[in-house]
Amino acid sequence: MPIRPILSSLRRHKVAVWLLVLEIALTCAIICNAIFMIGNRLHRMHMPSGVDEHALVQIKLAAIAPIPDIYAQAREDLAVLRGVPGAQAVALTNQIPFQTSSSNVSIRTSPSQAHTILSASSYFGEDLPQTMGMRVVAGRDLRPDEFVDAGIVVKDLATGETKGLPAVLLVTQALAQRLWPGQNPLGKLVYVTPTLGLRVVGVLAHLARANPYNDAVAQYSVIMPLFMGAGRDQSYIIRTRPQDRERVLKAAVAALKKANPERVVIEQRTFDQVRQKYFANDRAMAGILVGVIVALLIVTALGIVGLASFWVGQRRRSIGIRRAVGATRGDILRYFLTENFLLASIGIALGMVLAYGINLFLMTRYELPRLPAIYFPVGAIALWAIGQLAVLGPALRAAAVPPVVATRSV
Amino acid sequence: MFGYYLDLALRSLKRNKVLTALMVLAIALGIGASMTTLTVLHVLSGDPLPGRSSKLYYPQIDPRDLSGQMSGKEPPEQLTLIDGLNLLHAKRADRQALMTGGSVPIQPDDTAIDPFYVRARYTTADFFPMFGVKFLYGRGWDATDDHAKAHDVVITRSLDQRLFGGADSVGRTLRMADTVFRIIGVIGDWHPEPHFYDLNTGSYGGAEQVFVPLQTALDLHLKHEGSSDCWGNGTGGVGRIYPAAQCVWLQFWVQLDTPARATAYKRFLVNYSEQQKAQGRFMKAPNVRLRNVMQWLAYQMVVPDDVRLQAGLAFGFLLVCLVNTVGLMLAKFMRRAGELGVRRALGASRRSLFLQLLVESGLIGLVGGIGGLLLALMGLWLIRHRPSDYAALARLDPAMLLITFALALGASLLAGLLPAWRACQVAPALQLKSN
Repeated sequence: MPIRPILSSLRRHKVAVWLLVLEIALTCAIICNAIFMIGNRLHRMHMPSGVDEHALVQIKLAAIAPIPDIYAQAREDLAVLRGVPGAQAVALTNQIPFQTSSSNVSIRTSPSQAHTILSASSYFGEDLPQTMGMRVVAGRDLRPDEFVDAGIVVKDLATGETKGLPAVLLVTQALAQRLWPGQNPLGKLVYVTPTLGLRVVGVLAHLARANPYNDAVAQYSVIMPLFMGAGRDQSYIIRTRPQDRERVLKAAVAALKKANPERVVIEQRTFDQVRQKYFANDRAMAGILVGVIVALLIVTALGIVGLASFWVGQRRRSIGIRRAVGATRGDILRYFLTENFLLASIGIALGMVLAYGINLFLMTRYELPRLPAIYFPVGAIALWAIGQLAVLGPALRAAAVPPVVATRSV
Repeated sequence: MFGYYLDLALRSLKRNKVLTALMVLAIALGIGASMTTLTVLHVLSGDPLPGRSSKLYYPQIDPRDLSGQMSGKEPPEQLTLIDGLNLLHAKRADRQALMTGGSVPIQPDDTAIDPFYVRARYTTADFFPMFGVKFLYGRGWDATDDHAKAHDVVITRSLDQRLFGGADSVGRTLRMADTVFRIIGVIGDWHPEPHFYDLNTGSYGGAEQVFVPLQTALDLHLKHEGSSDCWGNGTGGVGRIYPAAQCVWLQFWVQLDTPARATAYKRFLVNYSEQQKAQGRFMKAPNVRLRNVMQWLAYQMVVPDDVRLQAGLAFGFLLVCLVNTVGLMLAKFMRRAGELGVRRALGASRRSLFLQLLVESGLIGLVGGIGGLLLALMGLWLIRHRPSDYAALARLDPAMLLITFALALGASLLAGLLPAWRACQVAPALQLKSN
């Protein structure tokens, strides 16, 4: 297909041509970035939690009247929950992954460091790895004799006492890599206050922060041997078979209410629901982005249909002449398809530059990562396909122009 | 003349229904999307207390040690209890209130209603006059009550409705956390959005239903809710223990009626910091900030990034729709070169041709604007059914309604300018000849 006649013909409609190219370029730039953002959101929504999600349920209770001994109440509750049919393991924790509000500690690797290195999400509670299905990849789990009641720790830190303080902790692989790259983390010390150093005795494969706001630091978590009392911020976690979850949840709530009726249940859900809720905004945003892409492609396609129809209408006479001097229907069809392909290509090329620019802006403004090159061909193919589909109708109509038109004076 | 142009425009639009529909649809989609997102952005970045917010300031001081825990050059976003009480008792502002969030269990006398938890605010007396909270019944407490740790409570209309069926409950008792309180005031459902005075309990939809004097709440160990940041050996507290002295967890607001008062207050904060440093409590050089409500909201970046991103996306979409409309109008107007040529030959000036075509594009804009408005209403309805905490706020207000139409009309006139101008360039003789 000779391209030169197409170009010289296009040169006669400069404004319309440039408008079409501009529209394709803008669309291309926006959808490249939008597809990329959808990818980011999907990736985020599938962030590993490090726990056995389909086997867990969570219950939160709030007391109406102050509980005299929150630690005794917690131990009693745990015993009650162990008796619930279908409960394979139970634990009390201060937080779970993806619950929004979080408890964090600032960490140093030596007390002499002037500044803390980073903040890690701090999990407290007995039997957490075993109950929640976390994988210990090096070292060991925390032992029951290493646990201390949280209230004692708070008091000791305030008064400067040291004998009641915990001595060991678990860290995630990602955190260990960040603190001691390439070294064996077992036996290393982590300082959570300038005076309190805890020894690493085990490494977890994964454990997401309670509020993993940023993908890069989402796996920076530790488990410390603190036993939490019963309270509004704490969660009871029960491990059960996935098919038993609803039944166990109901039975467990009833058992806890029976053990101490002076309490309100403020949360009872499966872990699947926890994830669902935490990423609801990301899911909605991904949906909106898909909607925008579809709407943009439709609008652009309609624009191409409109302009192409206009061109075909204007060129009926010259098409007739070409048909009269021997051009086949296929030639005419190909002519319009090639013309659209050329315009789309110019638009896509411009769009790529624009997409890159928009990405640079988003990178500085919203701390988005750099747009990987893979998204450019995706956007390009989508636009080429849409362009060819959109122009097909008008092009077929052009091909149907009979040669006899050439002899008419319009 | 306008009537004639309108008539011509209507005829022309009817002649090619598909193209007209395409243009209207493109404008409606673009306007609908941008109005939806713009409305959300507008609501979320609004002034929570119009007319009052410029006199309300949020003082920040820096009580941290040199340990580097909780690093950053900006002073912490909240106060320690000691500093909060010091600043409160200094009374250097026109009004001042120290506060923190909480949650309390309500135990209704009526045994038919199960106990339930509500959000609470523990605050000192000036909260109500300073933030302009209107009372339906009764009043707030005063500084003497604060001092006496009075068991007084102010509740909202919705809690009053739930407990007493909406009757004037002033003077009645309310049982919370096993303690008996006296209701001294009922306020309307007062919920400034964003929840500017304490962004730790959520930027939107964080309204409290119960207000308790701060000292009373601390005395009774009512549950604290919000964030606490600590340094050194400080801990955030657990159970009924409040955060340590090396933790910031309270919000402090002051009212300063003139800019001069604000300048003087900032100087006071510097002096206070120096004095605390001299006493050995503060370690760092004075590091203070004094932001008013809107500056504070901007600094805290309360508007979610997603909302800004959506607004940007929608305007990109509007731009594509406009370019599309320009192209379609160009096609439409150029197709009528013959008709326009005849009008020119019969004596119509370029100006009148131009106006005629602009009326036509304005008409498209008007219809597109109505379509866009309907789409925006639908879009906002969809957003209200999303799970975000700001979802319920997404409503169209009259100002945004006007902007919708202005935007639609302006956009389509803008889109019509180039095609109309191009079409007017038609030389009358040439068009007549080729026909």
